[in-house]
Amino acid sequence: MYTEQEIWQALEVVKDPEIPTLSMVDMGIITKVEVRGESSVFIEMTPTFTGCPAIKMMEGMVADRLKEFGIAQVEVVTTFDKPWDSNKLTERGLMCLKKHGLAPPVKHTGEVTLENMEHVACPFCGSTNTEFKSPFGATLCRSMHYCNNCLQAFEGFKAVV
Amino acid sequence: MNSIALKELLYKMADDLLIIGHRNSEWTGLGPILEEDIAFSSMAQDKIGQSQALFQLLHELGEQEPDTVAFTRNANQFHNAQFLELPNGDYDFSLMRHFLYDVADQLRFEFLANSSYEPLAKVARKIKGELKYHVFHANTWVVKLGNGTEESKARMQTALNEAWNYALGMFETSEFENDLIASGVFVGEEALKKQWLDTIAPIIEKASLQIPSSNTWAPVFGGRKCKHTEHLAPLVDEMSEVFRVDPSAEW
Repeated sequence: MYTEQEIWQALEVVKDPEIPTLSMVDMGIITKVEVRGESSVFIEMTPTFTGCPAIKMMEGMVADRLKEFGIAQVEVVTTFDKPWDSNKLTERGLMCLKKHGLAPPVKHTGEVTLENMEHVACPFCGSTNTEFKSPFGATLCRSMHYCNNCLQAFEGFKAVV
Repeated sequence: MNSIALKELLYKMADDLLIIGHRNSEWTGLGPILEEDIAFSSMAQDKIGQSQALFQLLHELGEQEPDTVAFTRNANQFHNAQFLELPNGDYDFSLMRHFLYDVADQLRFEFLANSSYEPLAKVARKIKGELKYHVFHANTWVVKLGNGTEESKARMQTALNEAWNYALGMFETSEFENDLIASGVFVGEEALKKQWLDTIAPIIEKASLQIPSSNTWAPVFGGRKCKHTEHLAPLVDEMSEVFRVDPSAEW
């Protein structure tokens, strides 16, 4: 019988479908792993954004990975019991975002302000001489910025409380 | 707890979100600049997703599946405020509606984060943070355009004047207001309206605009009782068209 730790480790290869360098574990969207039997696992997930269009797909990816890992009975549910906020991204997750060219979200203390967004560090050159262009981007989790130092537009991962 | 009162509350919130989400999506490809096109498209996705979460709560209370509820009802079965079904008009009207509705909606979810109905409180705790970005966007543009050129200021004031009574219609009370308040499910429309007025006033002032004087206020009610303008039926037809081609299809 597998331990919860082993199941968590098995899940580390399941990547976010939109940000393929980032695992769902590092995103902080897997909120519960329960080993319920010899070959039976229960997983609870929560979406980054209520309108996330990939949630069903991600449930399927998690179930597929555990079946491939050798678990016969997998149940995956999505709830708002432990709602996601951007502080749940792990350190490794934040680094993966940067590697993908997305400015990591600032750590929030319960509030998000426009000031937080103004001088986000450029993921390409590191400069904070940047401008916040829009709270909306190509996906729900992205905002748009411009770097006055290396003269490139870049996207940020939005801080969500 | 009165489950009819609760369902009515959930339906009106979900319908508001679904209808304005659809209107927002009508800016896709047509926004005045790229970032604004993206903004309304993104907000549309947020709002439709949020409506789905509320339809899911309704499903858990015995209503049909979210897709069925969203796409097979007729216009005279919707509980959205009439404000949200009005056509987008020019960008000035859309922005002003975005400001007036989104501020109210964000405050509504702030209140509901403390609802005694725990499944709704959980969803509200999630949604209230997401809506902050919608409100940032609305506040920024209302202030920018109110203080812009003569034309932008005039347009925003006209849009505010035209939107105002419809906006007041968002706070149409239910026959179950007292039940909802007494049971702790929701603080009620009067409390929400008061908070909304207090919240928009400083932004309107900063935008150098003026709220119509209170002796002209005439809230447009009816939406909560499924009475709608001629604009809702064509919206519902268009929104439901694909689903209705084959309601049993697997997508």
